[in-house]
Amino acid sequence: MAHPSQLGFQDAASPVMEELLHFHDHALMIVFLISTLVLYIIVAMVSTKLTNMYILDSQEIEIIWTVLPAIILILIALPSLRILYLMDEINNPHLSVKAIGHQWYWSYEYTDYQEIAFDSYMIPTQDLAPGQFRLLEVDHRMVVPTEAPVRVLVTAEDVLHSWAVPALGVKMDAVPGRLNQTAFIASRPGVFYGQCSEICGANHSFMPIVVEAVPLMYFQDWSTLMLEDA
Amino acid sequence: MSNNFEDKIRSYSTAPFDARFPNTNQTRNCFQNYLDFHRCSKALSAKNQDTAPCEWFQKVYKSLCPNSWVTKWDEQVDNGNFAGRI
Repeated sequence: MAHPSQLGFQDAASPVMEELLHFHDHALMIVFLISTLVLYIIVAMVSTKLTNMYILDSQEIEIIWTVLPAIILILIALPSLRILYLMDEINNPHLSVKAIGHQWYWSYEYTDYQEIAFDSYMIPTQDLAPGQFRLLEVDHRMVVPTEAPVRVLVTAEDVLHSWAVPALGVKMDAVPGRLNQTAFIASRPGVFYGQCSEICGANHSFMPIVVEAVPLMYFQDWSTLMLEDA
Repeated sequence: MSNNFEDKIRSYSTAPFDARFPNTNQTRNCFQNYLDFHRCSKALSAKNQDTAPCEWFQKVYKSLCPNSWVTKWDEQVDNGNFAGRI
């Protein structure tokens, strides 16, 4: 989850998010290097007593500062496109879950085998147990098995919402009348938080998403429990 | 217990990738399988044949389609005002 005064991304919990994180590190390093160079040059220009009135043009440096940025852009574009295509790869999911946005809660349906369907409301601040996170906890989490490709079909029942879990590198708009597909693999067990990412009315900030990734055995136990409770 | 678990793992499956619907928008995938199930059931029962082959389409649309959509369409089919051609 997000931490106070956090600067970077949350720890990655899926292979795609790891790639995005590393790409961001790469691109940001390039940005820092260029910014440092430019800042240095500005300071050097501003703080010298020397004046030069006689240089009109210079072929060599013009070539350098045209070709070098082009190379840098290619060095950014290639990993970027690699990740773009990686995210689009065909994966054969082991599990399909439907995430349906309502005003102002999510509901989840697991209907591959039998009917598991439940609503997921935020836990109000006054009902939190010690150690729980304000505005992030829900009464029923979306449980998925680890190391399994999961397909999430996102839609909405009323207005636009958006289903986002930063640690998994996932965000997908929930549009009424439309079924949007996204997929992820939870690489490790854990609890991953997200928040509704499309303005949807008064309680838009109070309909969080919690994904709990557990080993398959525990997922089986949980789904049996959910069926009994229904 | 472990035998049961292994059986479950082997048979654990969800709607597979459908090359007719490769993109993010899976609305048509859900709707098409719903239509195909009803058309298949109608065609096979008209010939007095077993409708077991149609169960694939039902499995797929149940995996993909939100329950509220299925309930609404089932109601429309029962009332005779379903928009799709079955």
